[in-house]
Amino acid sequence: MNTFKSLMLGVAAVAITATAPAAFAATPDNILVIANRIDDITTLDPAQSFEFAGGDLSRNIYGKLVNFDPTDLSKGYQPDLAESWTVSEDGKTITFKMRAGVKFHSGNPVTAADAVYSLQRAVKLNKTPAFILTQFGFSAENADQTIKQIDDMTFSITTDAKYATSFVLNCLTATIGGIVDSKTVMSHEKDGDMGNNWLKTNTAGSGAYKLVNWKPNESYSLIVNKDFYQGAPKIERVIVRHIQESATQRLLLEKGDIDIARNLNPQDVAGAGSKDGISILSDLRGRLMYISMNQKDPNLAKPKVVEALKYLIDYKGMQDSFLKGQYTIHQAFLPRTYLGEIADKPYSLNIEKAKALLKEAGVEAGFELKINVREAQERIEIAQSLQNTFAKANIKITLQVGTGKATLGVYRAREHQIYVGAWGPDYPDPNTNAGTFAFNPDNSDEAKATGLLAWRNSWALPEMSKATKAAVQESDRDARAKMYEALQREHQKRAPFAVMFQKIEQTGIRSNVKGLNTGGAITQVSYWPITK
Amino acid sequence: MALTTDQEQRKRRRKSSFSPWIMGFGRVAFTVAITMIGLLFITFIIGRVMPIDPVLSIVGESASKSTYDEAYRQLGLDKPIIVQFFIFLWDVVRGDFGESLLTARPVLDDLIRVFPATLELATVGTIIGVGLGVPLGVIAAVKQGTWIDHIARVVALIGYSMPVFWIGLIGLLVFYGKLGWISGPGRLDIFYVDIIPTVTGMILIDSLLAGDTSVFWNAVSHIILPAGLLAYYSLAYISRMTRSFMLEQLDQEYITTARVKGLSEHAVVWRHALGNVKVPLITVIALSYAGLLEGSVLTETIFSWPGIGLYITTALLSADMNAVLGGTVVVGLVFVCLNIFSDLLYKFFDPRAK
Repeated sequence: MNTFKSLMLGVAAVAITATAPAAFAATPDNILVIANRIDDITTLDPAQSFEFAGGDLSRNIYGKLVNFDPTDLSKGYQPDLAESWTVSEDGKTITFKMRAGVKFHSGNPVTAADAVYSLQRAVKLNKTPAFILTQFGFSAENADQTIKQIDDMTFSITTDAKYATSFVLNCLTATIGGIVDSKTVMSHEKDGDMGNNWLKTNTAGSGAYKLVNWKPNESYSLIVNKDFYQGAPKIERVIVRHIQESATQRLLLEKGDIDIARNLNPQDVAGAGSKDGISILSDLRGRLMYISMNQKDPNLAKPKVVEALKYLIDYKGMQDSFLKGQYTIHQAFLPRTYLGEIADKPYSLNIEKAKALLKEAGVEAGFELKINVREAQERIEIAQSLQNTFAKANIKITLQVGTGKATLGVYRAREHQIYVGAWGPDYPDPNTNAGTFAFNPDNSDEAKATGLLAWRNSWALPEMSKATKAAVQESDRDARAKMYEALQREHQKRAPFAVMFQKIEQTGIRSNVKGLNTGGAITQVSYWPITK
Repeated sequence: MALTTDQEQRKRRRKSSFSPWIMGFGRVAFTVAITMIGLLFITFIIGRVMPIDPVLSIVGESASKSTYDEAYRQLGLDKPIIVQFFIFLWDVVRGDFGESLLTARPVLDDLIRVFPATLELATVGTIIGVGLGVPLGVIAAVKQGTWIDHIARVVALIGYSMPVFWIGLIGLLVFYGKLGWISGPGRLDIFYVDIIPTVTGMILIDSLLAGDTSVFWNAVSHIILPAGLLAYYSLAYISRMTRSFMLEQLDQEYITTARVKGLSEHAVVWRHALGNVKVPLITVIALSYAGLLEGSVLTETIFSWPGIGLYITTALLSADMNAVLGGTVVVGLVFVCLNIFSDLLYKFFDPRAK
């Protein structure tokens, strides 16, 4: 440490006094320094955390019953703290067997009691992400009966109906599935808060890293858990600094003061990517951009019109211009990397075809439409592009730009004609999107199912709703994936939704950093496989 | 008889020379209290009528109704707004600013963490700004109409009109990126963080207290550019004001008298003229210092400087009203204290004010 410190001192002295360009200063091999926007972290409690940066932190600190393998996300959930599980005949009860010999950072062994405590705690606290668990029928009242310890290393959970095992397990990979050290947490309980207040700023996990400190809006730093059951990671310290500006992140990366820059904008990606020693990693995220067409509108209710509009979108033009490096063309309601994903892209800009379809629908003379869009740069640009291409088929568009709240209000009240929307999945299971894009059991105004995108667009889809419900109960994972594939193809054809783009995230990394996985659309970043 | 009256008068004078101090203090305390309550009230009302839902910013859009309602009650939003204000006021009087939604910590702890960062930056910036701005203004006044005056004017104008984020980024690019003379954004290099104990929260002072010069020099290399930037901005203002104060003085008859008496030009300008400019200049400097202490959001953003400007802005954008109100109290107190302080300096420098 002394030689290291004096070395750094030397570097600092050179940096201050030298008139010549300072030597390139790389970070040490056992330390990973990351620039990221972390001002969204409001709590570290896995039962409450529901933000991006908080999810990143949590994934590296807390083990879960099942988890995604960062070296191959496509394998789906894999055993983590649960070594194996069995499902009862009626499909309602899953019995988990815990992995032996795993320890929390405190030194306490990880047992079934901790798993039961963690899940019950998440349900009883009923914080924002609790719906991920309570959708299976768990509640504060029944948690003691439905989540039950059997012996030291086994426990079971019982859902209120038969659900696909993959649905339940996918949900347990979410941040809320983090298993906390029950003894440690209980010792910090205050006024019956189940340690919620303490866990806001402290951690009690069993994952690859331990928290050293978290300074809000400033930084957090992690230190290696040498007893990590998968073997101690090579990187001994991870330091994440909050750097708001993309240009600043790029400067730091180019100087070698950081190893990874998470929030580079397209210009800085292009600039930094051309420099020696820096590479750019592109990763898909879960957010989708779509437009939807309210079926209450007589013109939009015609299937041919819906189809025609899908041919009037300049997908490629938008992707290659103002969305470059931020979004990629995607036309199905499940983001890529989700179970059941499809890559079909049946639509592209084809004005002749669109005109023919409009003629078949009997509206070749054209008509007028309003597009509701919130005042965000990229969405307004999308709306303007639509205005442009729709005009070529005699559809005259007026843009109604409003605040997020006002625009959403119109949408929820089903008062729009066309809405430019963005949708991010809530949990890593296909049902998170299928259950809103392709599910609407009661299309009446009185149903007020404002949470369902299909309802917001007044789209009655009894058959598809049934198929969505069936997919939730299919216990075979592969068969379930097939069901979602079919559902999406049908959706692409018929739905008054044109899914257009999926978000991509570009990360700038120093070329000596190997093994970074930012988690795709389905999970969060993993620091432990990284080497330098 | 005459004697008694004289004694009485003297007695009365002694008595009355004591009571104005108490009266003065009482008046100041009263003004401060009224100002602070007014400030808090307005901020509080603005915070409540803002079209941001503080509950949504805690629980997020996907929260269930029961989760939402519970957070709503916990925040006390079900009570009438005036009751909410008095509850808040009572807490503040007891030194409890509540908990920040964003950082999940007591607002007071947050302020203790972020304010010294701004204080350090603003102080270094003001020292540089005054050190360069005052002489620049004086010289520009003395050499009025010459090329020196014009250059001083251009320098000041640039300082006024260039956007801070642009100069900041270019400064970083040149001095950190290309030349490598200084360190990058942040208050310290990562390897120096948490080495020295926190006493005042100002790293320059804490590192000297701990006797760790390596940390001190690292902090210097980090602060020099953002502080220089703020200094440039305040220099522009200070030098222009100094120039106009000086021009006014140099026209006065006592200056002519001093010159006629054969005093050296140096003494005339720097001792006599500048001596009389001191008082208005103190107001200018205090105001500019107070402005910097509010925290410069853009400078703090670009240099990743965890100061109070960034803290209040982030809080405001996410409807974290406890943090906003806490920050407002600090900024308000800073203004009030600096005002009182410059009043005291007047008394010290200006014999008439005594």
